[in-house]
Amino acid sequence: MVDIGTESDLLRWIPLLPLLVATYHGISIGLLRRPAPPRVAALLSCAAVLASFVLACIAFRDLLALPDDARLLVDDVYTWIGAGIGSQALSAEVSFQFDPLSAVMTLIVTFVGSMIHIYSIGYMEDDHRDDKGVQRFFCYLNLFTFAMLVLVLSDNLVLMFLGWEGVGLCSYLLIGFWYSDRFNAFCGSKAFIVNRIGDFGFLIGLFLLFGALADLGHPAVSFAGIRAQLDGLLQMSIAVPAWMPFAPDWKLVNVIGLCFFVGACGKSAQIPLYVWLPDAMAGPTPVSALIHAATMVTAGVYMVCRLSFLYAVAPEASAVIAWTGAITALVAATIAIAQNDIKKVLAYSTVSQLGYMFLAAGCGGYTAAIFHLGTHAFFKALLFLGAGAVILAMHHEQDMQKMGGLWRRLRATRWVFLIGVCTIAGFPPLSGFFSKDEILVSAWASQVPGHTWLYGIGLATAGVTAFYMFRLWYLTFCGECRAPAEVRSHIHDPNGFVVNPLRVLAFFSIVAGVAGLPQVWGDLISIEDSNSLANFLKPALAAVEPHAIEHQTELWMAFSAVAIALLGTGAAWLLYLRRPRVPAWLAAHFSVVYRALVNKYYVDEVYDAVFVRPLVALSDRVLYRIVDAGWIDGIGVNGMARSIRAFAANGLKYAQSGLTQSYVFFMIVGAVAIVSYLLDWLR
Amino acid sequence: MLPMDHVIALSAILFTIGVLGVATRRNLIVMLMSIELMLNAVNLAFVGFNRIWSQVEGMPVIDGQIFVLMVIAVAAAEVAVGLGILLSLFRNRDSVNVEEVNLLKW
Repeated sequence: MVDIGTESDLLRWIPLLPLLVATYHGISIGLLRRPAPPRVAALLSCAAVLASFVLACIAFRDLLALPDDARLLVDDVYTWIGAGIGSQALSAEVSFQFDPLSAVMTLIVTFVGSMIHIYSIGYMEDDHRDDKGVQRFFCYLNLFTFAMLVLVLSDNLVLMFLGWEGVGLCSYLLIGFWYSDRFNAFCGSKAFIVNRIGDFGFLIGLFLLFGALADLGHPAVSFAGIRAQLDGLLQMSIAVPAWMPFAPDWKLVNVIGLCFFVGACGKSAQIPLYVWLPDAMAGPTPVSALIHAATMVTAGVYMVCRLSFLYAVAPEASAVIAWTGAITALVAATIAIAQNDIKKVLAYSTVSQLGYMFLAAGCGGYTAAIFHLGTHAFFKALLFLGAGAVILAMHHEQDMQKMGGLWRRLRATRWVFLIGVCTIAGFPPLSGFFSKDEILVSAWASQVPGHTWLYGIGLATAGVTAFYMFRLWYLTFCGECRAPAEVRSHIHDPNGFVVNPLRVLAFFSIVAGVAGLPQVWGDLISIEDSNSLANFLKPALAAVEPHAIEHQTELWMAFSAVAIALLGTGAAWLLYLRRPRVPAWLAAHFSVVYRALVNKYYVDEVYDAVFVRPLVALSDRVLYRIVDAGWIDGIGVNGMARSIRAFAANGLKYAQSGLTQSYVFFMIVGAVAIVSYLLDWLR
Repeated sequence: MLPMDHVIALSAILFTIGVLGVATRRNLIVMLMSIELMLNAVNLAFVGFNRIWSQVEGMPVIDGQIFVLMVIAVAAAEVAVGLGILLSLFRNRDSVNVEEVNLLKW
């Protein structure tokens, strides 16, 4: 049983501040129709998020002041949903908790969020596509920050689901931010609908969990409450039809774990629900950085880690997570090779890196997953914002084939971008190297069936990652500039609002690895307990017993990761800088492979043919035309009205004869009938 | 003292006369008078029953008498409206025969 924790009224203000500003923006735009001036609105939003970050830092300091095993701040605001009495009572509180896991997430969200808010001031400055665009943009951005903070701070699944849906909504709103372009609106809808599929799984898992806990006699929705009844849950199983594998009983924890993982697949863009994330790049670039790289898409990873006590005792569900993550990592990385849109490359890279995190989480390396989540938030936000700077400089050109040679022109952006590329490629001593290494080690050491294969896939992905990231680098920053002459003469660095957040993020991309320095490296430079992140997170996360692994092996694994990253970098250098004609030759001679990669393995087309078209056809031809228009509207609503009208027109209307005497007669008959009924004359 | 069943019987007779008058006569004035007859038959029944109940309870019950005052007030209003309609009807049609007033129908 987890102890109650220390009260702290501070916590509620962390999500509340962005919500207040978002509400102000919403009212001033929507109701008063007098929004604040763009610059004021932007600064207000930035101030709110920065204030949240400061509050998070204060809470973090309070947390560190507590002893190791009692690090938990709680803030119970009010009872949101109360139902039932006695032993069947269920209450969902609006209450926040700040344990090590929430602390790490909150700091990442508020810090990276602040940087991206500041960046957005510069990025959205020249946006004239829509009046009140800037205010609306910051309204959504703050609303998103609120929802994300609720997600990571909530102490129960119901409130977490509120945040979960809230970030999905804001994602939809921001992807379709420039909604006058129909394609953007379509992409927003796609993201929303695919996420809905995942959320359905989340809900099923939630209901199964409620039902099981109610059967045990202690319905609870808070994480601590669920954790307290884990032993009871473990005894339960669920009957499945005989034709399914491993019939007739599945362990309930596995089923619940898989249902929640379906939700995580939707939110965190894993196979088979990853298709929305690349299309989400239709949104403004700061949105891609904040929502679709650094924070929202990591919600699934956070959830798996938050429920780590459940997954640690559900090995089958964990194995599914690990394998899904590994396959996603590799598949998305290979797709990224052949993309020409700079943001699409980064989008597939995000999918791939999220796959890495799930690989770690499935293998029981929850700290490794959170570590990579943190470093990825820094370097991927850096890369996206850098790409945004490039796009601004190129006058909203996103095709890398029309870039090149930006090294000499973007003097402020080039170094930070190179840092980002090197970090994701995994070169020591940048943070990406350590976090990726942790994941590979946890995959190697895990008990998951086929864990050596998982390690191999992870290693191969590391090589492919280095390849496509340096391909991106060489195509944009090196070689000759392929832009049209009139664009070429105007390429220059964006303003300070854009460049300075990049520098901050680049700094943290370099040094964030120190937080989670693996012990094997700490030993080399004789630091005890070097992995402070893992030690800090330990009370909040469940532990899965890994295989023992020797320090020698671990060092060899780090070495091979660097070697394969260098291999990928070298291949990219050879193909895109040294021999720039070779890629075209390869594309022509291996056109089947190339076309499959360019077209993303035709997954969108397959989904379209297998799911979307049949569903639309069913909805249109059967559900709409026959069931709704034919039965419900035709026979039900209109049919009822028509039949009553026909009855009145053909019979009832003749009762209104205009003859007073007949009215009197009917009145008397009616009065006699009522009186006879009241006096029981008819009985 | 007058036996109460006589009072009730008188009320019933007056009410029946009123009903028959409304149902059978075509003259609007007579119909209105018949309605008044019905109302007053009811008033008679009210005061009669009021007396019965006050005797049973052994204390002064005046509910029925108050109700009679209410009915008289409503009847007065009704007559005012009814005669108003009758007057304008007569001015337009030179007749108070309800059988000739049958335009408002299907």
